[in-house]
Amino acid sequence: MLAELRNRLRAESCEEHLLQLFERIEKSELNGFTTLARESALEGARQFDKNPGKGLLAGVPIAIKECISTKGIETNCSSRILRGYIPPYDAHVIERLKAEGAIIMGKTNMDEFAMGTSTETSCFGPTRNPWDKEYVPGGSSGGSAAVVAGGEAPCALGSDTGGSVRCPASFCGIVGLKPTYGLVSRYGLVAYANSLEQIGPLTHTVEDTALLMDVISGHDRRDSTSAEGERHSYLPGLHDGVAGLKIGIPREYFGEGVNKDVEKAVWDGIHTLDALGATWQEVSLPHTRYALAAYYVIAMSEASSNLARFDGLRYGLREGEDKDWHTTFSAIRAQGFGPEVKRRIILGTYALSAGYYGRYYLKALKVRTLIKEDFLRAFKDVDILASPTMPIPAFKIGERINDPLSLYMADVFTVPINLAGVPAISVPCGFSGRLPIGLQLMGPHFGESKVLRASAAFETATAFHEAKPEVI
Amino acid sequence: MITREDVEHISWLASIKIEDEEKDKLVEQFNSILEYFHQLDEVDTENVQPTYRVVDLANIFREDEAFPSISLDQALQNAPRREDGYFKSPRIV
Repeated sequence: MLAELRNRLRAESCEEHLLQLFERIEKSELNGFTTLARESALEGARQFDKNPGKGLLAGVPIAIKECISTKGIETNCSSRILRGYIPPYDAHVIERLKAEGAIIMGKTNMDEFAMGTSTETSCFGPTRNPWDKEYVPGGSSGGSAAVVAGGEAPCALGSDTGGSVRCPASFCGIVGLKPTYGLVSRYGLVAYANSLEQIGPLTHTVEDTALLMDVISGHDRRDSTSAEGERHSYLPGLHDGVAGLKIGIPREYFGEGVNKDVEKAVWDGIHTLDALGATWQEVSLPHTRYALAAYYVIAMSEASSNLARFDGLRYGLREGEDKDWHTTFSAIRAQGFGPEVKRRIILGTYALSAGYYGRYYLKALKVRTLIKEDFLRAFKDVDILASPTMPIPAFKIGERINDPLSLYMADVFTVPINLAGVPAISVPCGFSGRLPIGLQLMGPHFGESKVLRASAAFETATAFHEAKPEVI
Repeated sequence: MITREDVEHISWLASIKIEDEEKDKLVEQFNSILEYFHQLDEVDTENVQPTYRVVDLANIFREDEAFPSISLDQALQNAPRREDGYFKSPRIV
């Protein structure tokens, strides 16, 4: 898709193409975009029309999640506390995109500070699912997924701390990859839970995801957790097929709590890969049932520390008369953060506080070790693992928002991957009624090539990625 | 069990002012979430090391060289209150 678009833009007018997209966005009911960078994008398009250049993404428009810093374009994490913040610098991934000629269209809606599974906790209100506007698009990168699925942008970047790229990809019927921890620089990504998160692409096809990974991955010394090593290209060998590939089916990811349509679509997907020459066998990841609790303890603890910087001093909300330090900041933070962000900061503070650190935070880090070892053990026997991305299709807007724990439960198959730091992708594999279903394929650390190759083989053999919602 | 007093104390530590009418709901939500977390107690973690970083990276060094950085004006451009090239904070003492 992106390769064709790149060629078409050379033959036609990039400016014209962008104007059409902006017109569609103005009329859209999805609420996927929060900020449009209309002027800078059109200027970029006019320059491309004069001199297209040779970049891998020359002239290709892209939408960026609100939590990724864009120089000169508001970056607010869909939070009241950061409204009006204009970063003076670009995130590493944005520098890479610009170097390859991509055009930044604007910023997309998300759960406030990426804390959510539905894009309902945004200060801009919920984003709607293009397949049925009464339903959530998934989260937290729901805006990025909805604008791609809804035809408002050809591709997007999101971030994935516990499933925030894969969940909305699954709910919106597109491809979304959470790379190996350390493969993509987090420089310029506003931190929520820094030991868990990675920036990842949301696209229509696996090839597009591979292309974006070629651009955004690689070492960056400004992120101390960035992996060293040669830059890798994911496009060569992408279509080499799955003959002889060994797929593990983790038994803990099926059965109780999994929607029947989801389970059937995922098994159909596994059989498709089997028919293409892969083999499958059951494996066990025995600590899976503890992943959700460990994830939330770690994520909330890191959040309480990372979000301590939002005090209205250097940027963001500052209202009313200054009183003493603590009173002033406590009032600003009470006004600026929404209910879910407050819950996570306060619970994280509790988990890190004297007397509870060992019981919650340290315990969760030890369970994290066991979960990571589950994956390492499984990958001694198999090349990749396959499961549902989400146990359910998209749910209705408003259905779960008042019950935090039931929302957390939806992340049961995505959070173990972030705890282990391995890569995982969601690819469209079917429908429940008109709502899309995602197949999750997981690989060992830095095993993106295998995951992408299996995904490309699956995509070539199926037509789910070609289905389009009625809004298009 | 978390109590109303606990919620008041922790939210003070977290520098987030909580209104009286929010407290009972938070006590209830926190207790249900913490009860869920307590299933971690079932896991035997004797002799298990904690994972702080999932990829094996430690002590990343670089040469002590200066690189270009943002200007004073850029650093201050987002500050809601500033004075004479400084961020302006509330009184500390």
